[in-house]
Amino acid sequence: MGFLDINNVTKSYGAVEVLHRVDIQVDEGEFLVLVGPSGCGKSTLLNMIAGLEGISSGEIAIKDRVVNDIAPAKRNIAMVFQSYALYPNMTVGQNITFGLEMQGTPKAERDKAMAEVASLLQIENLLDRKPGQLSGGQRQRVAMGRALVRDPDVFLFDEPLSNLDAKLRVDMRTEIKKLHQKLGTTIVYVTHDQIEAMTLSTRIAVMYDGYVQQLGTPKEIYDTPANIFVATFMGSPAMNVLPAELVEMNGAIHAQVEGADGPKQLRIENAPEAYRSYIGKHVMLGIRPEAITDPEGADRNARNIQTLTNEVGVTEPAGADTFVTMSLGGKDCVARMRADAEAYPGQPFEFAVNMDKAVLFDPKTEARIA
Amino acid sequence: MAIASSDNAIRSNKVARTFIYLFLLLFALFYLMPLGIMLVNSLKPLSEITAGGMIAMPNEWTIEPWLSAWSTAQIGVQPTGLRPYFINSIAMAVPAVAISTVAGALNGYVLTKWHFRGATWVFGLLLFSCFIPFQIVLIPMARILGLLEIAGTTYGLILVHVVYGIGFSTLYFRNYYAAFPTELVRAAQIDGAGFFQIFWRIMLPSSGPIIAVCCIWQFTNIWNDFLFGASFASGDAAPMTVALNNLVNSSTGERPYNVHFAGAIMAAAPTLLVYIVAGRYFVRGLMAGSVKG
Repeated sequence: MGFLDINNVTKSYGAVEVLHRVDIQVDEGEFLVLVGPSGCGKSTLLNMIAGLEGISSGEIAIKDRVVNDIAPAKRNIAMVFQSYALYPNMTVGQNITFGLEMQGTPKAERDKAMAEVASLLQIENLLDRKPGQLSGGQRQRVAMGRALVRDPDVFLFDEPLSNLDAKLRVDMRTEIKKLHQKLGTTIVYVTHDQIEAMTLSTRIAVMYDGYVQQLGTPKEIYDTPANIFVATFMGSPAMNVLPAELVEMNGAIHAQVEGADGPKQLRIENAPEAYRSYIGKHVMLGIRPEAITDPEGADRNARNIQTLTNEVGVTEPAGADTFVTMSLGGKDCVARMRADAEAYPGQPFEFAVNMDKAVLFDPKTEARIA
Repeated sequence: MAIASSDNAIRSNKVARTFIYLFLLLFALFYLMPLGIMLVNSLKPLSEITAGGMIAMPNEWTIEPWLSAWSTAQIGVQPTGLRPYFINSIAMAVPAVAISTVAGALNGYVLTKWHFRGATWVFGLLLFSCFIPFQIVLIPMARILGLLEIAGTTYGLILVHVVYGIGFSTLYFRNYYAAFPTELVRAAQIDGAGFFQIFWRIMLPSSGPIIAVCCIWQFTNIWNDFLFGASFASGDAAPMTVALNNLVNSSTGERPYNVHFAGAIMAAAPTLLVYIVAGRYFVRGLMAGSVKG
């Protein structure tokens, strides 16, 4: 049993099941991120952990105690909301201690706890202000303070950064990560931003359409996505997923893709046994943009770099990198180059493809072939 | 060229503004005229009025009509003046406004933040109660007041006005709370606050504008009501509106118009006062509820 157990949990509204048999075990000190597009059920799942929504079937347990029928306040959780949900009529100090007051903690203890949290988050000078007088970042801190002061077993974050501007979001992201490292608390964090998911989490659950599509470490999710949805949802720009055919040449398996001027073969080394049954069939070849470079920029540690010459479509300089688009398998394929790679639109260019990083998907089930 | 034309624009703007303000001033005077005439005539001896000088300023200023209307004028058969009835009206309006406002706030809170099956129906029926004409309920209401043994008393009137007021106050608070962020209620739930704690500590303190709107609306309606007052509270328990009617109708011989004017101003003063004190919230509160939800 983990610290937070979500066992076979479903959620239905009437006859409509919006969350299907979710199974997640979270260990103490883990930072689990639920990520997915809107409407995937991630916020519903979080609200079910919080006790703000009922559980249709299955059970949720915190520290081996089933909490299905326990009121939110008694679950020993704290939640940070997207809008921060600070009580507008109370000062920052009153906001932070409201939960303790409701639990009947004596005033002296409340003040002590408030002082500790305020110094941790550096909001001592804001304690007498009303939420309306605070900036977005300050409100965010107060909302976290309100959660921290209760010293809960599990922290729940519901898209806490999505109301901040881009720069502040990056700063607060780092702060949340620091706070997690410092306090070692167990966190469940909901976001639709895949970069937040990658940077913050120790584990990610990618959700779509009410199903957990994949549960794993950020590296597992990124390098070996379970299906095409996970592959394209995580990572920016998205993974290239190209129609290809598996062929056997000179005793090795090759993925054959259609270039601008005819078919190109890319050799696959150390192919899993499962690939054999797809020889002669269509597959979807998944390659991340950073696995396609110019030959000089290719990863020196890669064991299997395949080159192919193809016509350059569009180049998009982005400062540190240049994104080069070409047509492969009838689709646009994005390559991520060094800024000074000499690729020019309309001209042939030699691309280096790191086939160590390539993955194959079944075109029908969209699941990864492994 | 450009300077000249902008000069022209400013000048024509000024002319337009002068016209607009003149116009507004004219209308303001027009609307203030009845009140002005009432005030002027309530400060004149009766002889000046009967001599035909309604519009003219008094030759001799006197507050005698006011004193008479307040404490000595004939109301029905008693020469009590309006004072006891003014007190009746206060004793009726203040609790009725307070109770119906709190009940409306509670209804709005439940209807928006604690969804239950059939909530829209309940709200629809409450809303419908706003449009039931007073006359229809007179007889059933009289029966109920009789059963409760509060017929003919101020308590009876309080009950009637609370029942009638809940429809409107619920409408106001429901619309206001529909735009109130539900996340706040959820945060308070996680913080361990119960149903009433959330209501008193989170919802009500944030409801200033709509409370003002509701109080103005309820106070004006309840204070000005004549039909219920005349039907359910006769004699000593009658509210101000009924007493004013009795004042005007029960004078014998020469009609003391100056006393009538003074009495009418007294009857109107509290609603005016409430509007002046809380009026700026009125428009703001009405908007707050209507923009969202």
